[in-house]
Amino acid sequence: MKEYNFAYLDEQTKRMIRRAILKGLAIPGYQVPFASREMPMPYGWGTGGVQVSAAVLTPDDTLKVIDQGADDTTNAVSIRRFFQRTAGVAVTEKTGEASVIQTRHRIPEQALREGQIIVYQVPIPEPLRFLEPSEVETRKMHALEDYGLMHVKLYEDISQHGDIATAYAYPVKVEGRYVMDPSPIPKFDNPKLDMAAIQLFGAGREQRIYALPPYTKVVSLDFDDYPFQPTKADHACALCGSTSSYLDELITDDAGGRMFICSDTDYCATRVEDAA
Amino acid sequence: MTPLLQVENLAKYYGARIGCTDVSFDLYPGEVMGIVGESGSGKSTLLNCLAGHLRPDQGAVRFATRSDGLRDTVTMSEPERRMLGRTDWAFVHQHARDGLRMNVSAGGNVGERLMAVNARHYGDIREQAIDWLGRVEITQDRIDDRPTAFSGGMQQRLQIARNLVTGPRLVFMDEPTGGLDVSVQARLLDLLRGLVRDMGLSAIIVTHDLAVVRLLADRLMVMKDGHVVETGLTDQVLDDPQHGYTQLLVSSVLQV
Repeated sequence: MKEYNFAYLDEQTKRMIRRAILKGLAIPGYQVPFASREMPMPYGWGTGGVQVSAAVLTPDDTLKVIDQGADDTTNAVSIRRFFQRTAGVAVTEKTGEASVIQTRHRIPEQALREGQIIVYQVPIPEPLRFLEPSEVETRKMHALEDYGLMHVKLYEDISQHGDIATAYAYPVKVEGRYVMDPSPIPKFDNPKLDMAAIQLFGAGREQRIYALPPYTKVVSLDFDDYPFQPTKADHACALCGSTSSYLDELITDDAGGRMFICSDTDYCATRVEDAA
Repeated sequence: MTPLLQVENLAKYYGARIGCTDVSFDLYPGEVMGIVGESGSGKSTLLNCLAGHLRPDQGAVRFATRSDGLRDTVTMSEPERRMLGRTDWAFVHQHARDGLRMNVSAGGNVGERLMAVNARHYGDIREQAIDWLGRVEITQDRIDDRPTAFSGGMQQRLQIARNLVTGPRLVFMDEPTGGLDVSVQARLLDLLRGLVRDMGLSAIIVTHDLAVVRLLADRLMVMKDGHVVETGLTDQVLDDPQHGYTQLLVSSVLQV
Protein backbone atom coordinates (compact mmCIF):
# COMPACT_ATOMS: atom_id res chain seq x y z
CA MET A 1 0.00 0.00 0.00
CA LYS A 2 2.11 2.93 -1.17
CA GLU A 3 -0.56 5.56 -1.73
CA TYR A 4 -1.17 6.25 1.96
CA ASN A 5 1.07 6.84 4.92
CA PHE A 6 0.75 4.05 7.48
CA ALA A 7 -2.81 4.19 8.91
CA TYR A 8 -3.89 7.03 6.61
CA LEU A 9 -2.86 10.01 8.78
CA ASP A 10 0.50 11.74 8.30
CA GLU A 11 3.12 11.35 11.01
CA GLN A 12 2.80 14.91 12.33
CA THR A 13 -0.92 14.49 12.83
CA LYS A 14 -0.45 11.18 14.61
CA ARG A 15 2.16 12.81 16.80
CA MET A 16 -0.28 15.57 17.71
CA ILE A 17 -2.98 13.02 18.53
CA ARG A 18 -0.57 10.94 20.62
CA ARG A 19 0.30 14.01 22.66
CA ALA A 20 -3.41 14.57 23.32
CA ILE A 21 -3.78 10.89 24.29
CA LEU A 22 -0.84 11.07 26.70
CA LYS A 23 -2.25 14.18 28.29
CA GLY A 24 -5.63 12.45 28.55
CA LEU A 25 -4.02 9.46 30.26
CA ALA A 26 -2.19 11.76 32.66
CA ILE A 27 -5.46 13.47 33.68
CA PRO A 28 -8.07 10.68 33.61
CA GLY A 29 -11.47 11.90 32.48
CA TYR A 30 -10.28 15.35 31.36
CA GLN A 31 -11.31 16.29 27.82
CA VAL A 32 -8.20 17.26 25.88
CA PRO A 33 -8.84 19.43 22.80
CA PHE A 34 -7.09 18.25 19.64
CA ALA A 35 -6.98 19.38 16.02
CA SER A 36 -9.34 16.83 14.55
CA ARG A 37 -8.76 16.14 10.85
CA GLU A 38 -11.17 15.59 8.02
CA MET A 39 -11.47 11.85 7.55
CA PRO A 40 -12.83 10.05 4.49
CA MET A 41 -16.12 9.41 6.27
CA PRO A 42 -18.85 11.67 7.63
CA TYR A 43 -18.79 13.07 11.15
CA GLY A 44 -20.86 10.85 13.38
CA TRP A 45 -19.46 7.70 11.81
CA GLY A 46 -16.52 7.39 14.12
CA THR A 47 -14.03 9.97 12.87
CA GLY A 48 -12.75 10.54 16.41
CA GLY A 49 -12.29 6.85 17.11
CA VAL A 50 -10.62 6.30 13.75
CA GLN A 51 -8.11 9.07 14.35
CA VAL A 52 -7.26 7.73 17.81
CA SER A 53 -6.92 4.19 16.41
CA ALA A 54 -4.71 5.48 13.60
CA ALA A 55 -2.46 7.18 16.14
CA VAL A 56 -2.03 4.10 18.36
CA LEU A 57 -1.81 1.38 15.67
CA THR A 58 1.56 -0.23 14.94
CA PRO A 59 2.25 -2.68 12.07
CA ASP A 60 2.30 -5.57 14.59
CA ASP A 61 -1.16 -4.84 15.98
CA THR A 62 -4.26 -6.94 15.51
CA LEU A 63 -7.38 -4.85 15.10
CA LYS A 64 -10.96 -5.64 16.00
CA VAL A 65 -13.79 -3.24 15.21
CA ILE A 66 -17.27 -3.54 16.69
CA ASP A 67 -20.41 -1.53 16.26
CA GLN A 68 -23.06 -2.03 18.96
CA GLY A 69 -21.18 -5.20 19.91
CA ALA A 70 -21.33 -6.70 16.41
CA ASP A 71 -18.36 -7.30 14.11
CA ASP A 72 -20.46 -7.55 10.96
CA THR A 73 -22.43 -4.29 10.81
CA THR A 74 -21.77 -1.54 8.25
CA ASN A 75 -19.77 0.77 10.48
CA ALA A 76 -17.58 -2.02 11.83
CA VAL A 77 -16.98 -3.60 8.43
CA SER A 78 -16.05 -0.35 6.73
CA ILE A 79 -13.72 0.90 9.46
CA ARG A 80 -12.04 -2.51 9.63
CA ARG A 81 -11.53 -2.49 5.87
CA PHE A 82 -10.26 1.09 6.05
CA PHE A 83 -7.40 0.06 8.31
CA GLN A 84 -6.74 -3.15 6.38
CA ARG A 85 -6.19 -1.04 3.29
CA THR A 86 -4.38 1.93 4.78
CA ALA A 87 -2.33 0.21 7.48
CA GLY A 88 -2.23 -3.39 6.36
CA VAL A 89 -2.68 -4.59 9.95
CA ALA A 90 -4.03 -8.00 10.87
CA VAL A 91 -7.71 -8.01 11.79
CA THR A 92 -9.71 -10.35 13.95
CA GLU A 93 -13.20 -10.79 15.32
CA LYS A 94 -11.91 -12.49 18.48
CA THR A 95 -11.84 -10.17 21.47
CA GLY A 96 -9.01 -12.09 23.11
CA GLU A 97 -6.75 -11.95 20.04
CA ALA A 98 -7.05 -8.24 19.35
CA SER A 99 -4.49 -5.75 20.62
CA VAL A 100 -6.52 -2.70 19.58
CA ILE A 101 -10.32 -2.72 19.63
CA GLN A 102 -12.30 0.17 18.20
CA THR A 103 -15.85 0.17 19.47
CA ARG A 104 -19.06 2.04 19.03
CA HIS A 105 -21.50 1.91 21.95
CA ARG A 106 -20.42 -1.35 23.62
CA ILE A 107 -17.69 -2.92 25.74
CA PRO A 108 -17.03 -6.58 24.82
CA GLU A 109 -18.42 -9.17 27.23
CA GLN A 110 -15.07 -10.92 27.57
CA ALA A 111 -12.96 -9.05 30.12
CA LEU A 112 -10.09 -7.16 28.50
CA ARG A 113 -6.58 -7.75 29.75
CA GLU A 114 -3.47 -5.66 30.29
CA GLY A 115 -1.78 -4.65 27.05
CA GLN A 116 -4.98 -4.23 25.11
CA ILE A 117 -6.31 -0.84 24.01
CA ILE A 118 -9.99 -0.11 23.53
CA VAL A 119 -10.94 2.98 21.51
CA TYR A 120 -14.44 4.43 21.86
CA GLN A 121 -16.22 6.51 19.25
CA VAL A 122 -17.78 9.45 21.05
CA PRO A 123 -20.52 11.66 19.58
CA ILE A 124 -20.80 14.19 22.44
CA PRO A 125 -17.95 14.17 24.96
CA GLU A 126 -19.46 16.78 27.28
CA PRO A 127 -21.67 15.14 29.92
CA LEU A 128 -23.11 18.54 30.87
CA ARG A 129 -23.99 19.53 27.31
CA PHE A 130 -27.77 19.28 27.48
CA LEU A 131 -27.86 20.84 30.93
CA GLU A 132 -25.64 23.84 30.28
CA PRO A 133 -25.42 25.01 26.67
CA SER A 134 -22.34 27.21 27.10
CA GLU A 135 -19.03 25.44 26.52
CA VAL A 136 -17.20 28.23 28.36
CA GLU A 137 -19.38 27.56 31.38
CA THR A 138 -19.10 23.75 31.26
CA ARG A 139 -15.32 23.94 31.11
CA LYS A 140 -15.38 26.23 34.12
CA MET A 141 -17.66 23.79 35.91
CA HIS A 142 -15.22 20.94 35.23
CA ALA A 143 -12.32 23.07 36.40
CA LEU A 144 -14.09 24.00 39.63
CA GLU A 145 -15.64 20.56 40.18
CA ASP A 146 -19.04 22.24 40.16
CA TYR A 147 -21.12 19.16 39.38
CA GLY A 148 -24.43 19.79 41.17
CA LEU A 149 -26.14 20.10 37.81
CA MET A 150 -25.33 16.51 36.86
CA HIS A 151 -27.46 15.29 39.73
CA VAL A 152 -30.27 17.59 38.65
CA LYS A 153 -30.57 15.45 35.53
CA LEU A 154 -30.80 12.28 37.61
CA TYR A 155 -33.30 14.01 39.91
CA GLU A 156 -35.44 14.87 36.89
CA ASP A 157 -35.30 11.25 35.77
CA ILE A 158 -36.60 9.99 39.09
CA SER A 159 -39.29 12.65 39.41
CA GLN A 160 -40.58 11.94 35.90
CA HIS A 161 -40.09 8.19 35.59
CA GLY A 162 -39.90 6.98 39.17
CA ASP A 163 -36.38 5.72 38.60
CA ILE A 164 -33.12 6.80 36.98
CA ALA A 165 -34.23 6.34 33.38
CA THR A 166 -30.89 7.20 31.79
CA ALA A 167 -30.01 3.90 30.13
CA TYR A 168 -26.95 4.79 28.09
CA ALA A 169 -24.19 7.41 28.23
CA TYR A 170 -24.64 7.19 32.00
CA PRO A 171 -22.38 9.79 33.66
CA VAL A 172 -19.47 8.56 35.76
CA LYS A 173 -17.00 10.17 38.11
CA VAL A 174 -13.37 9.32 37.44
CA GLU A 175 -10.99 8.93 40.40
CA GLY A 176 -13.23 11.21 42.45
CA ARG A 177 -12.49 14.17 40.19
CA TYR A 178 -13.82 14.59 36.64
CA VAL A 179 -17.36 13.73 35.61
CA MET A 180 -17.15 11.92 32.29
CA ASP A 181 -19.49 10.73 29.56
CA PRO A 182 -18.51 7.11 28.90
CA SER A 183 -19.81 7.45 25.29
CA PRO A 184 -23.25 5.97 24.59
CA ILE A 185 -22.52 2.53 26.03
CA PRO A 186 -25.50 0.96 27.85
CA LYS A 187 -25.28 1.50 31.60
CA PHE A 188 -25.00 -2.28 31.81
CA ASP A 189 -21.40 -1.78 30.66
CA ASN A 190 -20.54 0.93 33.20
CA PRO A 191 -19.14 -1.44 35.84
CA LYS A 192 -16.74 -2.79 33.19
CA LEU A 193 -15.10 0.64 32.83
CA ASP A 194 -12.93 -0.35 35.79
CA MET A 195 -10.67 -2.55 33.63
CA ALA A 196 -7.13 -3.70 32.92
CA ALA A 197 -6.92 -2.34 29.39
CA ILE A 198 -6.19 1.24 28.31
CA GLN A 199 -9.37 3.07 27.33
CA LEU A 200 -9.24 5.95 24.85
CA PHE A 201 -12.18 8.11 23.80
CA GLY A 202 -12.18 10.09 20.58
CA ALA A 203 -14.75 12.67 19.50
CA GLY A 204 -13.94 13.85 15.97
CA ARG A 205 -16.57 16.49 15.37
CA GLU A 206 -16.22 17.90 18.89
CA GLN A 207 -12.42 17.68 18.72
CA ARG A 208 -11.87 16.11 22.10
CA ILE A 209 -9.89 13.14 23.34
CA TYR A 210 -10.08 11.69 26.83
CA ALA A 211 -8.77 8.55 28.40
CA LEU A 212 -8.83 6.12 31.31
CA PRO A 213 -5.56 4.43 32.30
CA PRO A 214 -5.81 0.78 33.42
CA TYR A 215 -7.45 0.15 36.79
CA THR A 216 -8.83 3.68 37.09
CA LYS A 217 -11.60 4.02 39.66
CA VAL A 218 -14.81 4.84 37.81
CA VAL A 219 -18.01 5.41 39.78
CA SER A 220 -21.46 5.78 38.24
CA LEU A 221 -23.33 8.76 39.72
CA ASP A 222 -26.46 8.03 41.76
CA PHE A 223 -28.50 8.94 44.84
CA ASP A 224 -28.20 7.26 48.22
CA ASP A 225 -31.80 6.08 48.03
CA TYR A 226 -31.71 5.35 44.28
CA PRO A 227 -28.43 3.51 43.79
CA PHE A 228 -26.97 2.87 40.35
CA GLN A 229 -28.26 -0.32 38.75
CA PRO A 230 -26.91 -1.80 35.53
CA THR A 231 -29.86 -3.11 33.56
CA LYS A 232 -30.44 -5.51 30.68
CA ALA A 233 -33.40 -7.23 29.05
CA ASP A 234 -34.72 -9.89 31.39
CA HIS A 235 -34.20 -12.83 29.03
CA ALA A 236 -31.62 -15.40 28.01
CA CYS A 237 -29.92 -15.21 24.60
CA ALA A 238 -31.96 -17.18 22.05
CA LEU A 239 -28.81 -18.44 20.33
CA CYS A 240 -26.28 -19.20 23.07
CA GLY A 241 -28.50 -19.16 26.15
CA SER A 242 -26.35 -16.67 28.04
CA THR A 243 -28.19 -14.98 30.90
CA SER A 244 -25.40 -12.59 31.80
CA SER A 245 -24.67 -10.80 28.54
CA TYR A 246 -26.24 -7.65 27.13
CA LEU A 247 -29.09 -8.47 24.74
CA ASP A 248 -30.46 -6.91 21.58
CA GLU A 249 -34.16 -7.22 20.86
CA LEU A 250 -34.88 -8.42 17.33
CA ILE A 251 -38.29 -8.08 15.71
CA THR A 252 -38.76 -11.19 13.59
CA ASP A 253 -42.16 -10.66 11.96
CA ASP A 254 -45.06 -8.23 11.99
CA ALA A 255 -47.15 -10.38 14.32
CA GLY A 256 -45.34 -9.50 17.54
CA GLY A 257 -42.63 -12.12 17.12
CA ARG A 258 -39.32 -11.18 18.72
CA MET A 259 -36.16 -12.72 19.98
CA PHE A 260 -33.38 -11.59 22.27
CA ILE A 261 -29.81 -12.27 21.23
CA CYS A 262 -26.39 -11.23 22.53
CA SER A 263 -25.28 -7.87 21.16
CA ASP A 264 -21.67 -9.08 21.34
CA THR A 265 -21.52 -11.36 18.27
CA ASP A 266 -18.06 -12.74 19.03
CA TYR A 267 -19.06 -13.70 22.58
CA CYS A 268 -22.23 -15.38 21.30
CA ALA A 269 -20.57 -17.26 18.44
CA THR A 270 -17.80 -18.51 20.74
CA ARG A 271 -20.35 -19.85 23.21
CA VAL A 272 -22.31 -21.58 20.44
CA GLU A 273 -19.10 -23.16 19.11
CA ASP A 274 -18.01 -24.33 22.56
CA ALA A 275 -21.40 -25.92 23.16
CA ALA A 276 -21.34 -27.78 19.86
CA MET B 1 -21.47 43.90 66.35
CA THR B 2 -19.42 43.06 63.28
CA PRO B 3 -20.88 43.85 59.87
CA LEU B 4 -21.92 41.05 57.55
CA LEU B 5 -20.78 42.95 54.50
CA GLN B 6 -18.31 45.77 54.42
CA VAL B 7 -17.89 47.73 51.20
CA GLU B 8 -15.04 50.16 50.87
CA ASN B 9 -14.38 52.61 48.04
CA LEU B 10 -15.88 50.37 45.40
CA ALA B 11 -15.58 51.53 41.80
CA LYS B 12 -16.32 50.01 38.43
CA TYR B 13 -15.62 51.72 35.13
CA TYR B 14 -16.73 50.79 31.66
CA GLY B 15 -13.82 52.24 29.75
CA ALA B 16 -13.90 55.97 30.41
CA ARG B 17 -17.49 55.87 31.60
CA ILE B 18 -18.37 55.43 35.24
CA GLY B 19 -20.36 52.34 36.24
CA CYS B 20 -20.34 53.23 39.90
CA THR B 21 -17.72 54.90 42.01
CA ASP B 22 -16.80 55.76 45.55
CA VAL B 23 -19.30 53.43 47.22
CA SER B 24 -18.74 52.53 50.86
CA PHE B 25 -21.15 51.09 53.39
CA ASP B 26 -21.55 48.46 56.09
CA LEU B 27 -24.41 46.02 56.21
CA TYR B 28 -25.22 44.36 59.51
CA PRO B 29 -26.84 40.95 60.05
CA GLY B 30 -30.60 41.10 59.71
CA GLU B 31 -30.52 44.45 57.97
CA VAL B 32 -32.20 45.16 54.65
CA MET B 33 -30.75 47.87 52.50
CA GLY B 34 -32.42 49.40 49.46
CA ILE B 35 -30.59 50.95 46.54
CA VAL B 36 -32.74 53.29 44.46
CA GLY B 37 -32.05 55.47 41.49
CA GLU B 38 -33.05 55.94 37.90
CA SER B 39 -32.08 53.67 35.00
CA GLY B 40 -28.37 53.88 34.28
CA SER B 41 -27.47 55.20 37.70
CA GLY B 42 -25.21 52.24 38.43
CA LYS B 43 -27.49 50.27 40.75
CA SER B 44 -27.20 46.98 38.93
CA THR B 45 -23.49 47.43 38.29
CA LEU B 46 -23.00 47.91 42.01
CA LEU B 47 -25.11 44.86 42.86
CA ASN B 48 -23.24 42.68 40.37
CA CYS B 49 -19.92 43.83 41.82
CA LEU B 50 -21.11 42.99 45.32
CA ALA B 51 -22.36 39.55 44.28
CA GLY B 52 -19.15 38.70 42.46
CA HIS B 53 -20.65 38.66 38.97
CA LEU B 54 -18.54 41.62 37.94
CA ARG B 55 -15.01 42.36 38.98
CA PRO B 56 -14.76 45.87 40.43
CA ASP B 57 -11.81 48.01 39.31
CA GLN B 58 -11.19 49.36 42.76
CA GLY B 59 -12.07 48.83 46.38
CA ALA B 60 -12.93 45.93 48.62
CA VAL B 61 -16.03 43.89 49.37
CA ARG B 62 -15.55 42.07 52.65
CA PHE B 63 -18.00 39.36 53.66
CA ALA B 64 -18.14 37.77 57.10
CA THR B 65 -17.59 34.11 56.21
CA ARG B 66 -18.66 31.43 58.66
CA SER B 67 -15.19 29.92 58.96
CA ASP B 68 -12.69 32.77 58.95
CA GLY B 69 -14.46 36.06 59.47
CA LEU B 70 -14.25 39.01 57.11
CA ARG B 71 -12.77 38.05 53.72
CA ASP B 72 -12.38 40.21 50.65
CA THR B 73 -14.52 38.55 47.99
CA VAL B 74 -12.80 40.49 45.21
CA THR B 75 -9.42 38.88 45.80
CA MET B 76 -10.89 35.53 46.85
CA SER B 77 -10.36 32.58 44.50
CA GLU B 78 -13.08 31.72 42.03
CA PRO B 79 -14.01 28.36 43.65
CA GLU B 80 -14.41 30.05 47.04
CA ARG B 81 -16.55 32.80 45.53
CA ARG B 82 -18.73 30.25 43.76
CA MET B 83 -19.06 28.29 46.98
CA LEU B 84 -20.36 31.44 48.68
CA GLY B 85 -22.62 32.00 45.69
CA ARG B 86 -24.40 28.74 46.31
CA THR B 87 -24.38 28.63 50.10
CA ASP B 88 -24.31 31.94 51.97
CA TRP B 89 -25.42 34.17 49.12
CA ALA B 90 -28.53 34.24 47.04
CA PHE B 91 -29.23 36.27 43.94
CA VAL B 92 -32.76 37.02 42.80
CA HIS B 93 -32.82 38.25 39.21
CA GLN B 94 -35.32 40.70 37.81
CA HIS B 95 -36.32 38.24 35.13
CA ALA B 96 -37.06 34.85 36.65
CA ARG B 97 -35.84 33.29 33.40
CA ASP B 98 -32.30 34.44 34.17
CA GLY B 99 -32.33 32.78 37.57
CA LEU B 100 -34.21 29.57 36.76
CA ARG B 101 -33.51 26.59 34.58
CA MET B 102 -36.52 26.73 32.36
CA ASN B 103 -36.22 23.14 31.10
CA VAL B 104 -35.94 21.62 34.57
CA SER B 105 -38.94 20.95 36.82
CA ALA B 106 -39.74 23.21 39.78
CA GLY B 107 -38.49 20.54 42.19
CA GLY B 108 -35.24 20.20 40.26
CA ASN B 109 -34.79 23.95 40.30
CA VAL B 110 -35.15 24.11 44.06
CA GLY B 111 -33.02 20.99 44.54
CA GLU B 112 -30.13 22.17 42.40
CA ARG B 113 -28.47 24.24 45.11
CA LEU B 114 -28.84 21.37 47.58
CA MET B 115 -27.25 18.97 45.14
CA ALA B 116 -24.50 21.49 44.47
CA VAL B 117 -23.54 21.26 48.13
CA ASN B 118 -23.52 17.47 47.97
CA ALA B 119 -27.04 16.46 49.00
CA ARG B 120 -27.29 12.94 47.61
CA HIS B 121 -30.52 11.62 49.04
CA TYR B 122 -33.43 11.96 46.60
CA GLY B 123 -36.12 11.65 49.28
CA ASP B 124 -34.61 14.40 51.44
CA ILE B 125 -34.08 16.72 48.49
CA ARG B 126 -37.66 16.26 47.38
CA GLU B 127 -39.00 16.81 50.87
CA GLN B 128 -37.12 20.09 51.17
CA ALA B 129 -38.29 21.14 47.72
CA ILE B 130 -41.91 20.52 48.71
CA ASP B 131 -41.41 22.40 51.95
CA TRP B 132 -39.96 25.41 50.14
CA LEU B 133 -42.56 25.45 47.40
CA GLY B 134 -45.13 25.54 50.18
CA ARG B 135 -43.43 28.49 51.83
CA VAL B 136 -43.62 30.50 48.61
CA GLU B 137 -47.23 29.46 48.08
CA ILE B 138 -46.75 27.06 45.20
CA THR B 139 -48.90 23.99 45.66
CA GLN B 140 -47.28 20.60 45.96
CA ASP B 141 -48.88 19.21 42.80
CA ARG B 142 -46.91 21.67 40.67
CA ILE B 143 -43.56 20.28 41.80
CA ASP B 144 -42.93 18.32 38.61
CA ASP B 145 -44.07 21.09 36.26
CA ARG B 146 -41.54 23.15 34.41
CA PRO B 147 -41.30 26.89 35.10
CA THR B 148 -42.43 27.52 31.52
CA ALA B 149 -45.87 26.38 32.68
CA PHE B 150 -45.86 28.94 35.52
CA SER B 151 -47.16 32.50 35.54
CA GLY B 152 -44.71 35.36 35.94
CA GLY B 153 -45.47 35.76 39.64
CA MET B 154 -45.08 32.04 40.28
CA GLN B 155 -41.79 31.98 38.41
CA GLN B 156 -40.53 34.78 40.60
CA ARG B 157 -41.64 32.97 43.76
CA LEU B 158 -39.99 29.78 42.50
CA GLN B 159 -36.79 31.71 41.95
CA ILE B 160 -36.93 32.92 45.53
CA ALA B 161 -37.50 29.39 46.85
CA ARG B 162 -34.60 28.09 44.77
CA ASN B 163 -32.34 30.74 46.24
CA LEU B 164 -33.33 30.45 49.86
CA VAL B 165 -33.32 26.65 50.17
CA THR B 166 -29.71 26.48 51.35
CA GLY B 167 -30.38 29.04 54.09
CA PRO B 168 -28.26 31.91 52.79
CA ARG B 169 -27.37 34.82 55.05
CA LEU B 170 -27.27 37.51 52.40
CA VAL B 171 -29.70 37.96 49.53
CA PHE B 172 -29.09 40.20 46.54
CA MET B 173 -32.26 41.24 44.75
CA ASP B 174 -32.32 43.01 41.42
CA GLU B 175 -35.77 44.54 40.86
CA PRO B 176 -37.53 41.51 42.35
CA THR B 177 -40.97 42.92 41.55
CA GLY B 178 -40.19 44.35 38.13
CA GLY B 179 -42.58 43.30 35.39
CA LEU B 180 -45.26 42.00 37.75
CA ASP B 181 -48.70 43.53 38.05
CA VAL B 182 -49.49 45.40 41.26
CA SER B 183 -51.59 42.78 43.04
CA VAL B 184 -48.97 40.10 42.38
CA GLN B 185 -46.30 42.57 43.47
CA ALA B 186 -48.11 43.14 46.74
CA ARG B 187 -48.28 39.43 47.51
CA LEU B 188 -44.67 38.92 46.57
CA LEU B 189 -43.58 41.78 48.81
CA ASP B 190 -45.62 40.38 51.63
CA LEU B 191 -43.96 37.01 51.14
CA LEU B 192 -40.48 38.52 50.95
CA ARG B 193 -41.04 40.58 54.07
CA GLY B 194 -42.18 37.48 55.93
CA LEU B 195 -39.20 35.42 54.80
CA VAL B 196 -36.68 38.14 55.54
CA ARG B 197 -38.08 38.61 59.05
CA ASP B 198 -38.46 34.89 59.85
CA MET B 199 -35.05 33.84 58.60
CA GLY B 200 -33.28 36.95 59.86
CA LEU B 201 -31.86 37.52 56.40
CA SER B 202 -29.78 40.44 55.36
CA ALA B 203 -30.65 41.74 51.95
CA ILE B 204 -29.64 44.30 49.41
CA ILE B 205 -32.51 45.28 47.16
CA VAL B 206 -32.00 47.24 43.98
CA THR B 207 -35.15 48.83 42.65
CA HIS B 208 -36.58 51.96 41.14
CA ASP B 209 -39.87 51.36 42.90
CA LEU B 210 -39.97 53.44 46.06
CA ALA B 211 -42.91 51.50 47.46
CA VAL B 212 -40.77 48.35 47.53
CA VAL B 213 -38.06 49.92 49.63
CA ARG B 214 -40.60 51.66 51.86
CA LEU B 215 -42.00 48.25 52.70
CA LEU B 216 -38.83 46.15 52.90
CA ALA B 217 -35.77 48.26 53.50
CA ASP B 218 -34.42 49.53 56.79
CA ARG B 219 -31.87 51.75 55.13
CA LEU B 220 -31.71 53.46 51.80
CA MET B 221 -28.98 54.48 49.41
CA VAL B 222 -29.85 56.82 46.53
CA MET B 223 -27.68 56.68 43.43
CA LYS B 224 -27.30 59.06 40.53
CA ASP B 225 -24.80 58.82 37.66
CA GLY B 226 -22.73 56.20 39.43
CA HIS B 227 -22.43 58.17 42.67
CA VAL B 228 -24.18 57.71 45.99
CA VAL B 229 -25.96 61.00 46.60
CA GLU B 230 -27.83 60.28 49.79
CA THR B 231 -28.00 57.58 52.46
CA GLY B 232 -30.06 57.18 55.59
CA LEU B 233 -32.96 55.40 57.21
CA THR B 234 -35.66 54.65 54.68
CA ASP B 235 -38.41 56.74 56.25
CA GLN B 236 -36.01 59.60 56.85
CA VAL B 237 -34.82 59.68 53.25
CA LEU B 238 -38.26 59.30 51.75
CA ASP B 239 -40.05 61.75 54.08
CA ASP B 240 -37.33 64.35 54.32
CA PRO B 241 -35.14 64.12 51.21
CA GLN B 242 -32.11 66.40 51.35
CA HIS B 243 -30.44 66.02 47.97
CA GLY B 244 -32.06 67.61 44.93
CA TYR B 245 -32.22 64.38 43.02
CA THR B 246 -33.85 62.52 45.91
CA GLN B 247 -36.44 65.27 46.19
CA LEU B 248 -37.15 64.90 42.48
CA LEU B 249 -37.37 61.11 42.83
CA VAL B 250 -39.78 61.24 45.75
CA SER B 251 -42.00 63.83 44.13
CA SER B 252 -42.09 61.91 40.84
CA VAL B 253 -44.12 59.07 42.33
CA LEU B 254 -47.62 59.10 40.91
CA GLN B 255 -50.38 59.33 43.47
CA VAL B 256 -53.46 57.31 42.67
